Amino acid sequence: MLKKSHYIILIFVVLLVLVLLQLPGGTMGKLKLAISGLFLPLFGLSSSTHEWLGQAKEGLVPRRELLRQIDQLRLDNQQLQLRLQQEAQIWNENARLRGEVGWQRQIRWRLALARVIARDPANWWRSLEIDLGSRDGLRTNLAVLTSDGLVGRVQSVGETRSLVVLLGDPNLRVAAVVGGSTNETGIIGANVSAPQEEGMIDLDLLSGAGSVRPGQSVVTWGAGGVFPAGIPIGKIVDIRPKEYGLSTEARVKLAADLSALEEVWVMLP
Amino acid sequence: MSWRPTLFVLAAAFVAVFLEASIGFFRNLLGAQIDLLPALMVYTALTLGFTSILLLAVCGGLWFDSLSLNPLGASVLPLLLIGILIYRSRELLLREHLPAQLILGVAAGAAQPLGTLFICLNAGARPLLGWVSLWQWIVMAAGSGVATPLCFKLFDRLRRALEYQPATQTSFRPDREIKRGRS
Repeated sequence: MLKKSHYIILIFVVLLVLVLLQLPGGTMGKLKLAISGLFLPLFGLSSSTHEWLGQAKEGLVPRRELLRQIDQLRLDNQQLQLRLQQEAQIWNENARLRGEVGWQRQIRWRLALARVIARDPANWWRSLEIDLGSRDGLRTNLAVLTSDGLVGRVQSVGETRSLVVLLGDPNLRVAAVVGGSTNETGIIGANVSAPQEEGMIDLDLLSGAGSVRPGQSVVTWGAGGVFPAGIPIGKIVDIRPKEYGLSTEARVKLAADLSALEEVWVMLP
Repeated sequence: MSWRPTLFVLAAAFVAVFLEASIGFFRNLLGAQIDLLPALMVYTALTLGFTSILLLAVCGGLWFDSLSLNPLGASVLPLLLIGILIYRSRELLLREHLPAQLILGVAAGAAQPLGTLFICLNAGARPLLGWVSLWQWIVMAAGSGVATPLCFKLFDRLRRALEYQPATQTSFRPDREIKRGRS
């Protein structure tokens, strides 16, 4: 049924795919973003429909409820203003003390809000696409977070969109420290034993001393230069010994809900 | 050859990849996203020609990989292989029968992720695999099995609606007409 010309075309396609598979990471990332740019009109349509539905839903909220929400937001705003003033004082004091001791000055986080436009359609990766790119000052290896905690890292950047690798993906490893009095450090990696638990990840390479307890918080360590120290990651759920008790592995419940991400913050350099 | 059915299939593949990337209903409900490209490939291989199979495999595969962390092109070869295998033996397959469509859909839905993962692993990528991947594989195969007859129904209806119907042959034969009265 297949003609000779068909076989020639097939060989050509196979060779083309082999060439594509051998492309370097950066070129492949840019090519992917260029191809996925074809979906932009559909993503735009989906986003505007979503917005329109949201507005239609808001139109149905009773006036009394809206007034109650405004009052609540006003109260929250006042509390946050007070906390911000307090935080500014602490920041200045911290900077002065660091200067006296000769430590490096801490840099304030610059954040940019991005909208999630697509998730990875394959079941064996954890990634998503956001609507900010190099035009907005993004570059690779920037931390991505929500108000709850760390979400992932920017993997590749196009002009108007970027690909973000999420926590739990095998391509993302984060140096983390267990909070409290322990100062135990470890590496956050994929939850290979149960990848269906999207909110769970493994914290590996902890010492076997047994000082880590369930309920303790886990934050970024700052080693490696990609993630600044102190970004919340999650809380320890349980611990199990590894390598005949020489090290410990812990399961961590992520602070951010990765399955319901609609907007994320990108930490700008 | 009419290009319209090929364009319909390519448009369907484009929309299918978009839906897979933007709607997380099955992912949240069943723990796995269903891939519709194998189902479309079964329909294309049993109904359309070699060029359509090639275009669907290349375009569908590249669109899928562009939104994924898969190495670019990893989905193209498995899709193409499924299409060619079905195309080569399509005269032996009962295209109109629901069980045949179901079985082919399940087989294609099961083969596609395995082929893609094989290429990913050989390209040096480290996908997230565990025991739960078996469940995801079953969901993908079953989803593709259900989607295949729906594809057949939808596209056959679309073709009937948009293409000229073949002229029906009447039993009337002018040479056998009995002419009454005097000639």
